[in-house]
Amino acid sequence: MPTVELEAATVAIETAGVDHVVLEPTTLTLTERRIGVIGANGSGKSTLARLVNGLVSPTSGRVLVDGLDVARHGAQVRRRVAFAFTDPAAQLVMPTCVEDVELSLRRHETHPRRRRERALAVLERYGLAGHADVSVHALSGGQRQLLALAGVLAVEPTILVADEPTTLLDLANTRRIADLLFDLQQQVILVTHDLELARRCDRVLVVHEARVRFDGPPDAAIGDYLAAVAG
Amino acid sequence: MRGRALVGLYRPGHTVLHRLPIGAKLGGLAGFSLAVVLVRSAPASAVYLGVAVALALLARLWLPDVARATRAVVLVACVAAGFQWWFYGGAKAVETLVDLLALTLAALVVTSTTPVNGMLDALIRWIGPLRHVGVDTQRVALTFALAIQALPGTVALALETRDAAQARGLGRHPRAFLGPFVIRVVARAHETGDALHARGIGDD
Repeated sequence: MPTVELEAATVAIETAGVDHVVLEPTTLTLTERRIGVIGANGSGKSTLARLVNGLVSPTSGRVLVDGLDVARHGAQVRRRVAFAFTDPAAQLVMPTCVEDVELSLRRHETHPRRRRERALAVLERYGLAGHADVSVHALSGGQRQLLALAGVLAVEPTILVADEPTTLLDLANTRRIADLLFDLQQQVILVTHDLELARRCDRVLVVHEARVRFDGPPDAAIGDYLAAVAG
Repeated sequence: MRGRALVGLYRPGHTVLHRLPIGAKLGGLAGFSLAVVLVRSAPASAVYLGVAVALALLARLWLPDVARATRAVVLVACVAAGFQWWFYGGAKAVETLVDLLALTLAALVVTSTTPVNGMLDALIRWIGPLRHVGVDTQRVALTFALAIQALPGTVALALETRDAAQARGLGRHPRAFLGPFVIRVVARAHETGDALHARGIGDD
């Protein structure tokens, strides 16, 4: 498994001259295959997840992916780390499904026909073969998230960071996307509000008020989170 | 989604027009447009519309698609024709309306028979030489793709914002609509930027 390291990574945002800390200095080494991140809205979960692929840069400290500093080797890190968002609508930028997957493959396959064949193979793998030429706007919510995942996984990254990928989905689609995530070869860092999904992880981080409050096995982590909510 | 009517109309197929090189199609469309603008007479207009309809039939366009995609343009064309009627009389108005319809239909034929990625590849080929003077051609092509794709997304956001304003009983007042709409468009742009960044697009 790849290694993600946070070395006293801190994120602060300055608003009107006052520093607002979004993530307190955090030191972690993540090597498990399935890592869950749970916590309240606005607790800093998303910030933690975004540090891993450089969408957010630490204001102090470092983030390393397989020894590469995310701040200095962003492009190389993004080749290893795929990121899936809550709302796939913002992520799908091309008109049709096959074209969106092709966009990811542009850099890896310059020959248009071979690129299309690879994109079609990716759609086939994720059960979207029948939708290749369908508009991304015509897909259902579940299919759209499936396509967004297919798009970022097409380039065979070694890590997938997913920021609440099932929050907008119904139960059946949540299960479908979750099964896909837990079947992946990749290391998965899953930010979620779905405690059932968190329970299937190898290690769970509980983020509370801008810091990691608990870090350990899923059952204990979920117990800690529930206790925090109960006050 | 109603916004879909604007773009993303590519219909896969195997007609002559689908197989024609993109350069020929775009060149043909440019030539056709020039002819419509430069050679103006009632008989010529009839010929233009005839040619456009023939092309649409050849490309096997679906009538519902055509109706959806041209609705807004037809509305504008009717208003324009109305003014023409007022100022210059009926013959001129009919000619303008027919010309605009012919142009819309011809443009639709090109969009429906050409995948966006195909157009992007062609664009990259054409602006390829500019690489030598430091232009990032992939990025230029992506900008075009994003501009094309932003249209239906923005229309969808506008409709959602309008519905939200109405649900809160704020009616159709522009203030209840414009502020939230602009904020949502900017937020969506940030999200899309993040997504592109995360996909490593533009990294090299």
